[in-house]
Order: sequence, then C-alpha cells, then structure tokens
Amino acid sequence: MAGNDISSGPGNAGRAQARHEAAEFLLRRHRFRPAEALPWLIAIAAFFVFPDRMTFGSQVLVMILFAISLDLILGYAGIVTLGHAAFFGVGAYTVGLASARLGWTEPISGLFAAAIMAALAGFISGWFLLRYRGLTLLMLTLATAIMILETGNFRSDITGGYDGMPGLVFQPVLGMFEYDLYGRTNYLYALAVLAVVFFFVRRIVYSPFGQALTGIRENVRRMHAIGSPVHRRLVTVYTIAAAIAGVAGALFTQTNAYVTLTVFDFDTSAKVLVMLILGGTGRLYGAFIGAAVYLILEDHLSKLSPTFWQFGIGILLLVTVLFARRGILGVIEDLGRFRSWKGRIRMVPGRIVWSNVQWKGIGMAAFDGALIGLAVGFAANVGRTNLLWSWFVTEPLSVLAWTAAGAALVAAINIGYLVYAERSATGSTPR
Amino acid sequence: MTAALEVEGLNRSFGALQVTHDVSLTLERGARRALIGPNGAGKTTLVNLITGALMPSSGSIRLNGEDITKLSQEERARRGLARTFQINQLFRGLTVLENICMTIGERDGHCNNLWRSAGARRVVIDEALDHLESLRLVDDALKEVRELPYGRQRLVEIAIALAQKPRVLLLDEPAAGVPSSESHLILDVVAGLDPDIAVLIIEHDMDVVFRFAQAITVLVQGAVFTQGTPAEIMANEQVKAVYLGQDGHHGGGHG
Repeated sequence: MAGNDISSGPGNAGRAQARHEAAEFLLRRHRFRPAEALPWLIAIAAFFVFPDRMTFGSQVLVMILFAISLDLILGYAGIVTLGHAAFFGVGAYTVGLASARLGWTEPISGLFAAAIMAALAGFISGWFLLRYRGLTLLMLTLATAIMILETGNFRSDITGGYDGMPGLVFQPVLGMFEYDLYGRTNYLYALAVLAVVFFFVRRIVYSPFGQALTGIRENVRRMHAIGSPVHRRLVTVYTIAAAIAGVAGALFTQTNAYVTLTVFDFDTSAKVLVMLILGGTGRLYGAFIGAAVYLILEDHLSKLSPTFWQFGIGILLLVTVLFARRGILGVIEDLGRFRSWKGRIRMVPGRIVWSNVQWKGIGMAAFDGALIGLAVGFAANVGRTNLLWSWFVTEPLSVLAWTAAGAALVAAINIGYLVYAERSATGSTPR
Repeated sequence: MTAALEVEGLNRSFGALQVTHDVSLTLERGARRALIGPNGAGKTTLVNLITGALMPSSGSIRLNGEDITKLSQEERARRGLARTFQINQLFRGLTVLENICMTIGERDGHCNNLWRSAGARRVVIDEALDHLESLRLVDDALKEVRELPYGRQRLVEIAIALAQKPRVLLLDEPAAGVPSSESHLILDVVAGLDPDIAVLIIEHDMDVVFRFAQAITVLVQGAVFTQGTPAEIMANEQVKAVYLGQDGHHGGGHG
C-alpha cells in the first residue's frame, strides 16, 4: 500500500462499518431495481389497453431507442451533438435502400446491416470530430449531418429525395409474424428490439468503460492526467451510439414502410435532444419518459390546435430547463427522497422522533405528486381512449381525483420511507 | 541506478514569450524536491511540460531512464507519472469512492471492459478504500465530491494521484486555498508519502518547504535560478532578494 495511517481514526469499528457500507453501495449499484420493471410493464399494458394506437406506440418506442442512443453520448460521455439524426438516417436508408433497390427485405438482418453502416459512419466522423468539444463540436456534428443529407439529395435518383421511398416491403418478422393493419406486430417487434438494445446499453453504462465515460463528462483534464485514452473512449462510445441510432432508424423505416430524407433533418436531431432533456439526461430511463411525454403531448396538442401545438411543448421545455434541470425523471427521483433531509437515506439519523418529522417536506412532495396526478388526469381526459374505467377518463371532475391520488401516493411513499428508515437505521451518523 | 525523473534543457515558448528557459532538474528515486519561485516563474508550466499537458519546444524528459519527451499525457501517466492540480480537477458529480475506483480502473486497464459491471470487481473497491483509509476519507467515501469542504477535496486530489501508484509524483501547491487550520492535515499526508515515490512539490509556504524538502530548485522567469539543500537556499542572499523584490526589481546580478 502506498499510503500510511496518519493517525488512528475515530474507532476501528466505525471505520469498518463505513468501509462496508461504501463497498456495498458500489457492489449493488448495477443490480436491477424493482422500479425498473415499470416502463416495461407500462409498455406491455399499453399493448392491451390501446390496441388501436399501436402504430403511434411503435413510433414512441422507436424514438425511445433513438433517445437512448443520444443519452449514451450526451448524458454519459458529455458529447454535445446536433447531428445525431445522421446516424438515424443512415440506418433508416440502409434498410430502405436494401428493400427498394436490392430486394433485401428480411427485417432482422436489416437491423444488423443498419447498425453496421451507422457504426461505420459514427466511427469515421467521430474519429475526426471528437478531438473538439463544445461549440466547435456542435457545429461540426451539425455540418456532418447536413453533408450526409445533401449527398442523399444530390443522388435523389437513388434515394428518392424528399419524396422518399414509399411502399417499402419487408418480410414477416422471423418469417412468422405478418404485419397487421393496426401495427400490433410492429409494436411488439419494436418493443423486443428496444428491450435487447436497452439491456446492452445498461451493461455498458454500469461497466468500467461506462464509468470512464462519466469521468470524461465530469472532468476531461483529470482523465488525461490519470492516463485515460480519452479520444479512443469517445470514438468507441460514439460508434456504439451511432449503431443504436441506426437500429432505431431502421425500425422507423420498417414500421412505417416508407422513408424520406426528412430523417436526416436538423429537426430530427433537435427533437431527440429535446425529448432527452425533457426526460432527463444521463439516467437511462429519461429517454423513456422524455420520448413518451413529448410524443403523447404532440399527439394530443396537435389535435387540439393543429397550428399552435408546439407552443405547449415550448412551455414544457422552458419549465424543465428552468426549474427541473435534471428533467422529469429528476423530479420523480426527488419525490422518492425526503426533501428536507437534504441528503440520502443513508445519512438519516438513527432515530425518528415523530414530533420532529418534517411535515413541510412531506407536504411539498405531496404537492409534486398532486401536479403529476393532475397531468395524468388531464392526459387521460384528453385521450379518452380507455374504456376500462370510463369515469376516470371522461368526466372532467375526475382530474381532481387524479390529483388527490397523486398527492396521497407520494405522501404515503414518504411516510413509508420514514418508517423504513427508523427500522433499518443502525447508528446515528451526524452530518 | 537511473534517476526517477530527468529533465534536460527544457524550453517552451508561447509565441515570442519564453516561459521555460533551458530547465534541467533531476529527481532520484524517492527524492523530495521542492520547486519554488515567485508568481509567474513558470512552475506550473514546468509541471505541465513534465506531464505532457504541454509539449516542450526543445529538450528531453526521461522517466526511469526511458525517453518520454514525445509521449502523450496518457502514456506518461501509465508509466508512473502522477500529478495533482493547483486548482482541483476532480469528478465533482461522482462520489469520492468512484473517483478513486475510476483511477484504479484506468490504471489497470479495466476501463476497456464494456460488459462486466464496475461494481463486480471487489479487489478494486477494496484497494480504493485502502487509499481512502490512509487519507482518512472513508467516512466521505459515498459523498459526492462537490459536497465536501475544499480541504477535503484537496485530499481527494492526492488520493487520486496515489491510486495511480506513481513512481514520480508532482504536487502543485497541495495546500493552496485551504485554511491554515486544516492545511496541516494535507501536509501530514505529504510528509508521510511512500519513501519510494519521487516527489516534486510546488509550495509557497517556506515552513513547509524547509520541513519537507531534501533539495530545492528555485525557478525565476522560467529559468533555474539556483538549486541546493534547504540550508544552502536559506542562506542564499540572491534568493532572498528575488523573493522580497518580486513586486519590484529583481535585485542585481544573477548567479
């Protein structure tokens, strides 16, 4: 060991305990938590609850996948890009061109081909671009995407230009599952691909490599100083993210059965960025929430006001970046914590005296819960697609019930935490 | 026995401004050398040149006998050259423990692994905790660096450098910015460093310098003004003149 004990600390038993806790934290961190099942359960439930909205559902899943690929480079490695649509587009056009020009219509091998092509594009552009950071990088990624777009435009005899390639044909998934009119096969297909890729991404994020990426995001100078091959790490993750974006693009083409050059648009890059920021960067599930909230809002709002719907999205984004920098998921994470504790559960003093309970904290959390309940109730009422509990989704007054339910739920979670903390606290750790 | 670090005839200019002028210095194995000099003498620039954050215009640097002049910062770090920064360069949003684990991961090449989970390597965590324990940071292991008071953050700087298992350690004002009531903690750590590591310390506090160093190099306007034992430096009138006169003229003839 390099160091020496400077002096004996405040008791060996206490230190051993602290050591143990610290080690346990890292040892357990990558394990699946029960809450992580939630998005998947919702996705499966949606299949049964909204059988006639599966085409829309597939779009949500595709954008979630796309947003996850962006999260990997933006949220974890801190690479700011405005050209991520380039890889989405390369994937989309790989399967599109393969089907229309080569007659290669098998979908799953198409995904692999798309991943490889997009990875290639990511590797080559990343190798050059990732020497730069910040504004320079932002402009270079944007320029790269535009260059690819214009190449496609230039050879519109092959790509179909902005008219695109409509009516693409793909074989049934695995040769067994035919596409149906309602897009149910598409939905399950997209969900399966998302699950596989997500598992892969989750492994990466919790791997030592993923840790090194967060290191680059947090302090690149320090990474150089501890001997990290920063450029290689960035190119690696950029290539992986490009491949995943390519898969998302391929899924987009396959589930829509058409593709146009708009997939390369700046709009596509910006949209996925907005989704990710809405949901929360650097936390994997932010992509799920962001893409779902954005697209559902877009869907509802554009029905309410076909010309004015972006105003609503704008307000939501404004509120997010001003008041909830860590996105919607960040707000939800805060709810799980006791606000007035200001720390984490492990710093909770050993004994809870009920007269000391910070009811104000619970109240604030409950208020957040009420807001979420209100949002859910509002969405449910605008949607009006669910026939299971008709009162809760058609009666305007039901919004109040949703609000109350949200508040009660969050308050209950907080009080539950209190009891849990009281039971499991082993000793007091003054801050 | 080859020296741990040999710097020879190092020059560096920024345009017309020569910030490092023909600097040579040697750190034997286990050396304790202080680098002192008035503000703007080019001390931090020298550290940046040695670590490869800056490339020299001319001159050579050898680490354990190997010429590393052309090597990148990463390659030098992996050959056993570690540094701390004058202003903290830490992973502020990560926990103290993660800061150290990452350093060990990069040192041992674990970070090339995309598949195995970072927490699955118990050995790494245990080693990281050993480092933290030796600096009495275990209680802060799970706190994010930005939650710590500045003095403790300075200790994390040192912990990271030590976790690199360096042969040569460059400390750039380790106690800078720390209130004097706490700086003794850091200086105790510095004084207790592994005697096998060669240490170059930049420090303004003369008490610390004279207590810690076996040898002192005085840098003035990018050039080595003089070198010697603490006693020699203390007795050197010209050094006094340089230090006392740093705001005005630089005394008379240079030796």
